[in-house]
Order: sequence, then C-alpha cells, then structure tokens
Amino acid sequence: MASLPPALKKDDDIDDDSEYSPFYGIEKSAVLQEARCFNDRELDARRCAQVITKLLYLINQGETFTKNEATEVFFATTKLFQSRDIGLRRMVYIMIKEISPSSDEVIIVTSSLMKDMNSKTDLYRANAIRVLCRITDGGLLGQIERYLKQAVVDKNPVVSSAALVSGIHLLQSNPEIVKRWSNEVQEAVQSKAPLVQFHGLALLHQIRQNDRLALSKLVSGLTRGTVRSPLAQCLLIRYTSQVISESGPNSQTGDRPFYDFLESCLRHKTDMVIFEAARAITELSGVTARELTPAITVLQLFLSSSKPVLRFAAVRTLNKVAQTHPLAVANCNVDMESLISDQNRSIATLAITTLLKTGNESSVDRLMKQITNFMSDIADEFKIVVVEAIRSLCLKFPQKYRALMNFLSNILREEGGFDYKKSIVDSILILIREIPDAKESGLSHLCEFIEDCEFTYLSTQILHLLGNEGPKTADPSKYIRYVYNRVILENATVRASAVSALARFGAVVEGLRPRILILLRRCLYDNDDEVRDRATLYLSLLSDELEAAQDEAKAFLFQDLDVPLENLEKSLQSYEPTDRAFDLAAVPRDVKAHQQVEKKAPTGKEKKAAKDASQKAAEGKASNTFEAYEKLLNSIPQFAGFGKLFKSSTPVELTEAETEYAVNVVKHVYPGHIVFQFNCTNTIAEQLLENVNIVMDLVEGEDFTQAASKPLASMPCGVPGQVFVAFEKPEGACSLGRFSNTMRFYVKEVDPSTGDADDTGYEDEYQLEDLEITAPDYILKEGVSNFRNAWESLDSESERVDEYSLGARENLQDAVQAVTTILGMQICEATDVVPNNARSHTCLLAGRFLGDTQVLVRLSVGIDSQKQVAMKLAVRAEDIAVSDIIHDIINS
Amino acid sequence: MTCRQIGVNPACSRTKGARSGISLRSVGFSWCFSFEVSISLVKNVILLDSEGKRVAVKYFSDDWPGLSAKLAFEKSIFTKTHRTGARSEAEIGLLDGYIVVYKFISDLHFYVTGGEDENEIIVATVLQGFFDAVSLLLRNNVDKKNILENFDLVLLCLDEIVDGGIILETDANVIASRVAMRGANDDVPLSEQTISQALATAKEHFARSLLK
Repeated sequence: MASLPPALKKDDDIDDDSEYSPFYGIEKSAVLQEARCFNDRELDARRCAQVITKLLYLINQGETFTKNEATEVFFATTKLFQSRDIGLRRMVYIMIKEISPSSDEVIIVTSSLMKDMNSKTDLYRANAIRVLCRITDGGLLGQIERYLKQAVVDKNPVVSSAALVSGIHLLQSNPEIVKRWSNEVQEAVQSKAPLVQFHGLALLHQIRQNDRLALSKLVSGLTRGTVRSPLAQCLLIRYTSQVISESGPNSQTGDRPFYDFLESCLRHKTDMVIFEAARAITELSGVTARELTPAITVLQLFLSSSKPVLRFAAVRTLNKVAQTHPLAVANCNVDMESLISDQNRSIATLAITTLLKTGNESSVDRLMKQITNFMSDIADEFKIVVVEAIRSLCLKFPQKYRALMNFLSNILREEGGFDYKKSIVDSILILIREIPDAKESGLSHLCEFIEDCEFTYLSTQILHLLGNEGPKTADPSKYIRYVYNRVILENATVRASAVSALARFGAVVEGLRPRILILLRRCLYDNDDEVRDRATLYLSLLSDELEAAQDEAKAFLFQDLDVPLENLEKSLQSYEPTDRAFDLAAVPRDVKAHQQVEKKAPTGKEKKAAKDASQKAAEGKASNTFEAYEKLLNSIPQFAGFGKLFKSSTPVELTEAETEYAVNVVKHVYPGHIVFQFNCTNTIAEQLLENVNIVMDLVEGEDFTQAASKPLASMPCGVPGQVFVAFEKPEGACSLGRFSNTMRFYVKEVDPSTGDADDTGYEDEYQLEDLEITAPDYILKEGVSNFRNAWESLDSESERVDEYSLGARENLQDAVQAVTTILGMQICEATDVVPNNARSHTCLLAGRFLGDTQVLVRLSVGIDSQKQVAMKLAVRAEDIAVSDIIHDIINS
Repeated sequence: MTCRQIGVNPACSRTKGARSGISLRSVGFSWCFSFEVSISLVKNVILLDSEGKRVAVKYFSDDWPGLSAKLAFEKSIFTKTHRTGARSEAEIGLLDGYIVVYKFISDLHFYVTGGEDENEIIVATVLQGFFDAVSLLLRNNVDKKNILENFDLVLLCLDEIVDGGIILETDANVIASRVAMRGANDDVPLSEQTISQALATAKEHFARSLLK
C-alpha cells in the first residue's frame, strides 16, 4: 500500500507514464499504415516485430478491427513467414491466433505452418502445431493428423504437450480423429516429463469419459503406478473421486475402493496434491467420520500456514464440511479463532462463519463479542455472509435468540448499503416467523429501524409485517405511533403501506378502532392519490358497525391472494375489457418450484442454477403457450360455449418425421368437452391441399360423441394450419378412449415455378397414427408451496393407500421417474431426485384434477438387494373418487 | 393390503411428449457430469497498473462476453483488492463468484482467475509461474514502464503459460527460456538447459531490448 502513489500525485503520474510509454498516443489507423512495411521486399525484422507488438497492444486494450482491416493485416502478416528472424516468427504466431482468420483465409498460411511443423527447431514445431490446430477446420485436420500423432510421442516435451493440448481442444469439434490417437496418448501418460503426463492424462480421460469400465481401469492402473507431475496427480484424484462416486461402497467390507489412494495422497510432497486429496475426501458422498479425520488434520495444518492461499483454501473447504459434519471440524476451532484477525478479510469471514456453524450453545456469547469487533472493518458483502450465518445459528439454538436478535438490531442501526440492510431485515423476519418468543422484541427492533430507514422497499415490507403481526401482540397500541409517524414523514409509497397497516389494526383490535378512524380521516387530505384512495376505502370498510360488515372487512384486509402475483399480473395484462368480467379463478396457479437454498451443498450450485434456469424457461414457455391456446380457442365461435379451458397437452406427433404431411395434435380438455387441435403442415411443394378435415373414429371407449369440427380451407406448402375437432363427454368425468385418425383433403397440383394451382384436383386421404385420451390428460400439474400443510389440510378420509411391486429396476431413480411420468403431476420440493445408492425414497406429487379437485400423492419406493422395487402409493384428494382414479391409472 | 405386479414400463407412457421429457433430463445429467470432473482451467490472466488500468490481459473463457463485461470485471477485482498488501505473498479471494489469486509488485497488479470450484493452489501456481517468468525476463526490474517496453515478452509469456484455458507450463524457468527461444538455433534440448543458461538468455534479451 505504502508504495502506491498517493492520490494527489495522480495527474503528474499520468504525464510521467506517457512520456516513457512506447505506446503513448498510439492510434489504430497510424499503426495499420505502418503495417504496410510487412509488404516490403527487404523485410526489416525488428521494425516488423515492433509493429506487430503495437497491433497486439491495440487488440489487448480492447480495440477491434473491421473485417477489411483484419483481412488486410492477416494477409500482410503471412508475408512475414519469409523472414528467418526467431523473435518475429513468434510474434507472427501470436498475431495469427489473435486475428483468427476465416476458413477461406486459413489456406494461405497452412503451407507455411506445415513447414514449421516439420522444422528442426522444436519450439517452431510446438508453436506451429498450436496455431494450426487453433485455426484449422476438420478437412485440413485429416492432412496433418499423421504429424500430430507423431508429435504426441515426440521426445521433446514442448512438442508433445502442444500436440496433446491441441488434441483436447480438437476433441470438441473433431472427436473421431482425436480418438484415433489413443495409443500414442497412452504412451504420453507414461512420459517422464511432468507436464506431458498431465496433458496426456487429461486427453486420455476426455477420450474415454463415456466408458466407465475404461475409466475405472485407467484410474486403478495409475493409482498403483507413479505419477510425477503434481498437476497430473490432482487430475488423477479428481478422476478417482468420479470412479468412487459411480461405484459406491464395497458391500462386503463397507470399505470404499480407492480410499487408500486418496489417503496416501495426503502425504504427498506438494501442497497442491495434499489439498486436492483432502478436498476430494470431504466431498465423498456419505463420508464417515473415520474417513474424514485424516483430511481434516492436514487442512488444520494449512490453517496456520504463512501463505494466504493455503489458509483460504483450507478454511473454505472446512466451511463446507461444517455444513454437514460440524463435529468433525470442531477440532479446528482454536486455529479458526485465530484466523478471525487475519489480514485477508475473505479468510476471516470464512473462519467466522465456520465457527458459527461448529460452535455449541455455550460458545455463542463469546463468539458474538468477537464478531462485533470484526464487523466494523469488513466490506458489506462479507457482512451479508456473516448475517446469514447468524440467522442459521439462531434457528439452530432458538434459546439464544435474545443475544442474536440484539446483535442483529445493533448492526441494523449502523451504516450499510441496501443489500446488507435487506439481509438483516430478512433475517429478523425469518426469526420472527420461526421463533414465537422472538416476535415482540423483533417487532420493536424493526419499529425503531423504520424510524430512520432510507430504503422504501424495506420500510413497506416492515409496515406490512407490522400490520399482520402487530394486532396479535399483547399491546398493539404501542405500534400505532411508529406506523402513523410514517404517514407524516415518508414518501407516498411508504405512506400508502402505512395506511394499510393502520387499517389492519383497526379491523382486528376493536378498542383501537375509534382512534384508528381518526388517524385515517387525517389521511384523506394526503396529496397522493393512492394514499387517499386507500384511506377512503378503509374508512368506509371500518366505519360500518354491522358484525357481518366487519368480518368482511377483516377478510378483505387479511386474506391473501391465493394466486401467484406474477401469474395475476400476466392475466391482467392479457385481459381485454369485454362484457365478461375478469375471473380470478382463471388465473393459472402453477407456482414455480421453490428453491431450497440451504439444503444443497455449494458444489452443486452451478449445476442447480443451470437446472433451475432451464426449468424456469420451460415453465415460462408452458404458461405462455397455454395462454396462447386459450386465446386461440376462445376466438372460435363453435367452442365458445364449452366453458373454461382446463388443460392443454403438449403436442403429440401423429406422423413420422420426414413424411409428406407433418401432423401433431394438442388435446384441449374442457369440463364437458375435448377439443383436438391438429397442427398440419404440407411439405410437398407441388401440392395445394384444400378442405382439409380430420376424421376421427372411436376405437376404444364409449363416452365420446363428436360435437363440432372446423376444417381448414386451404393448406399450401410450408404454411402450418389447424384443423379442430371437438368431442362431447360426460361433464367432469374422466373418460378414456382411443381414436383412429384419417386426414381427408382435396389435392390440387401446383406448378412450383409459377406457384399457380390447377383448377381441378382429386380427393385423397392420409392415415395418421392413433391417439389416446389417458388419465393424465385430466390432471393439471400444479405445485403446492408447502406439501406437508397441504397434505394435512386434506381430509384423511379421502386417503387411499395401496402397495405395488414394480419388478426389477436398475435403481430407484428409474422407478420414480417411470411412475411420475405416468401420473404427469407436479413434483414438489424437488423430491424427484433420488440420492445415490438410497435404499428408499419418498417423492411428493401435486396436481389438480378436472373439476378443480386438488390431489396430492405421496410415493414411497424401496429397493432390495435383488433390485426388486416395491412402491407404496398414498393419495389424498378433495374428492375420494379422484383418489381412486389415481390408483386406477397405476393399475392400468 | 394386496401386492400386485404391475408393469410400469415405457409402453404405458406412450405419449411422445413424455418420452422426450426423459431424454432431456438424461442429457442434462451427462452434461453436468463432464463439467464437474474437468481439467483445471484458467479463466483469465490480468495485469493492471496502479490505477486499475489494463496493461495486458488474456481471457480464455466466454464468461465475460464483450469488452465492457471484461472491463467491469477488471474494475471490480481491482477495487476489491488494491488496498490489500499482496506484495510478499500472493493473496486470494472469492470475487464475483470466481477464485482470484493476485500479487502486486511496484505499480503492477497481477491477477489469475479460476472457476469457483477450482483448486486454489493450482490457480496460485499459475500466478506464481507468470510472475516469476516475467521477473526473470525483465531481470527483476518489473514495473509498468519496463513491461510496456517489453510488451512482446509479456505476450509470449502469456502464450507459453496457458493455451485456451489449459495450463501449459508453470515452471518460471522453463517459461522464460521458451519465451527467449533458447534452443531455437542450436540443438540443445530445453530439458537439458540449466537455470543459469535460461537466466543468461533472459539477460541477453534484456540487453537487446535496452538497445532498441
């Protein structure tokens, strides 16, 4: 820090710099001009190297070249291959890589690079290989493959490494070529040069990564042999853990295969390998305390290392372990505590949060004292981590809420940014919810906070909570002052939510009502519309003396909207004012899967994020298409009288791919009808189809009678069109059936060159695949946010339990997947994922059956040593008949 | 309670939509898997000056598309680290979800970034290799002025340390000698070179750069 130039001298410094900098005042156009010297007959190698350096400097600073400029520079650069200057040649290699020429330009340098690839100078060869593999495409690769294969086993490590690394890159685009090098790569793995071994191992693993047996063989061979390179050893540890996670523990002795190897790596001479092995052990699934001990011991040694990197790596890993095995980490507590004062604040924060996880009830007070000192000098982002750790600590030791709540309210009063404050407020809100004793003190802390809170979002959130919880406390009147102060002092948004909070006090606490009415009346003169509106509304609700009216007011004030806000917003946006009133029941209730934040280990975070994103995208798409379908069907007069659309299935293909006509069908389920939407595409350019209709014959089932159909007048090539057929069925019934479908149409020949159709044509028909109406068509995927509550709230009389045998299965995941697919219900709380090697598992499903009947399913599966799977299926529904139907689905 | 044998097999779930659902999931899993056991990858190597301005950078990952995202990342790590004393030993932090190892010397800030789950010590080894190789090549006169005057050496250094994110070499002596193209003209294999030879090469190169 001391040697950094003081801020005052900044301007002088810039001047100084620019005087010395060789790139002072550099300009792209001027450098491009200079680059013309590449074309000189007598090349000045030094000057050319300088110009290339300048060009690379520009690129490095983020300057971009236009297509023309890049082409020009590239062609000029290729001329420089004439020079024999070593330094210049190296710069040329880098330049070509940076420009990454297009495929038609590559051909210009190919021969020069191929010459270098066979040069006597090893460094030329290595670099030429790397450049060529970077810019080449598949076609050229065939020509140079022979050289590359040889290079892999070259005696010079730089050449061999270059070929191997290029192989790793090429494997993405040209796997079949690289896979042919298997023997050479295997030889490279045995190389004496450390880095060659590393690159060879990486490539060999990539080549074989889909072959479990080969991988296992590779690992067991190498763990017995010698690996010279620490980097290669780290890789080997990673691959070993992969093999371990796939094979599971040895059932006879309970020993884990390869655990001995990991343990032996803890005694390796380099820190890199020791750490990799320790981390691998802590991440083994279902690791035992006995297996953990040696790994924890070496990590503990790292904690007192002089190198920050080692301390950080160790404390970060121990922090993760503390989530699942707090006792195992408790041994390190003394070392951890000394890290609280570490210069590196990342290390200090990790140490504190680890201590918070491993500490017992008696150490909480002492820890809090240390943390208070620590909090003043760390950045907000670290503080947030600490606040989150304290929240989980408080939930773990509810008796300690007093000290922890005090701590939170203290830091709430200090300076801090929005995210930090929000995390504190969120923590207090959670504690109030989870620990009833903490409610009163928590509320008063929050009241104090909003007296001086600069964040509108937090104020409104707290006011809302006060309105809900305040009236239920022993002395509600003390909160009124805080709430009304907001009406006087704050901005319109906060004022409006304060008015709502006041009204809730008035609705619940009869004794306070007259006083609340006075306060609300004062709000009638507010200068904001929303505030006045709310005050007027609440006044009229509350001043009605009738008992029934009061109940209604309470219901209005306290009843939560039982639809997700996001969906409501969407529905309101798409609502067009007609004579039909907006129907709240028509808002989709599909809640997005709640994220289980603290359950999952951080290692899976990226994976989870990716999964969540894709899931969200899929759900978003689903609700969009549903709305689109609804709109489409409502616009067709024949189907207008069918009522509200219940469910639309995903499209089912009725033709093979690549046939003349492509047809898929979407099943739209109404209470008393089913509408089939056939999406047809004509792929024959010489034909125009007219009067397209689909004839559906009932093959199985008897409940259906055809009600209406809407043929398609004309279907030219490539333009998708829709044919609709509607069937009537008993209202609310779960009618099953199977239909055979034939497409009938009138064909007219078209002259593809002019696009004119003949006047005459002929009738034809086209057989489509059969279509089934199955029970899942009547079940809507609809999650519940709290499965347990939802389950308890359904009548236990409606429960139907039965046991089934599913026969032999590979694993439970397989069984769960099969059953959930058949039922087509929403998976709750991410219970569809079966932990590795689990012997039993329970999966929770929720859905809504036709006729708005909620149905919940508890699916317990178990597997025995012969891989026989048994399943217990418990179903509860609002209607007992629906419970039976679910069992019927499984039975059929 | 009766126990019935039922066949929950694909034949029961005939709808094609359902089938494609399953295949989608399995693809997802395999992708995650290869992702987890990957080779150590370096996301970027960054060299900033005392005001956080770019001196030399090399990105190997698409995590920061476009110049503005890259500059934002550089700014973010600079503001979060420039007050720390990473001079004698390399320091480390988890910044913006990445492992960043850094070391400062005079008016220069060296950074190497790795993924969140990367082995911290491997990332630190790359940084040390880069730092030491540059020191060797510039004969311990490492400051912004010298770096800019020998910009070609820095670029070659970066080129020899990491190739497309994969670590090529971490031994500073080997890196320095490869940058100096020792052994390009005569046939002495690199592995047989001694450290003093490599140093001599660096010296020679340095002298030449002074004459420029």
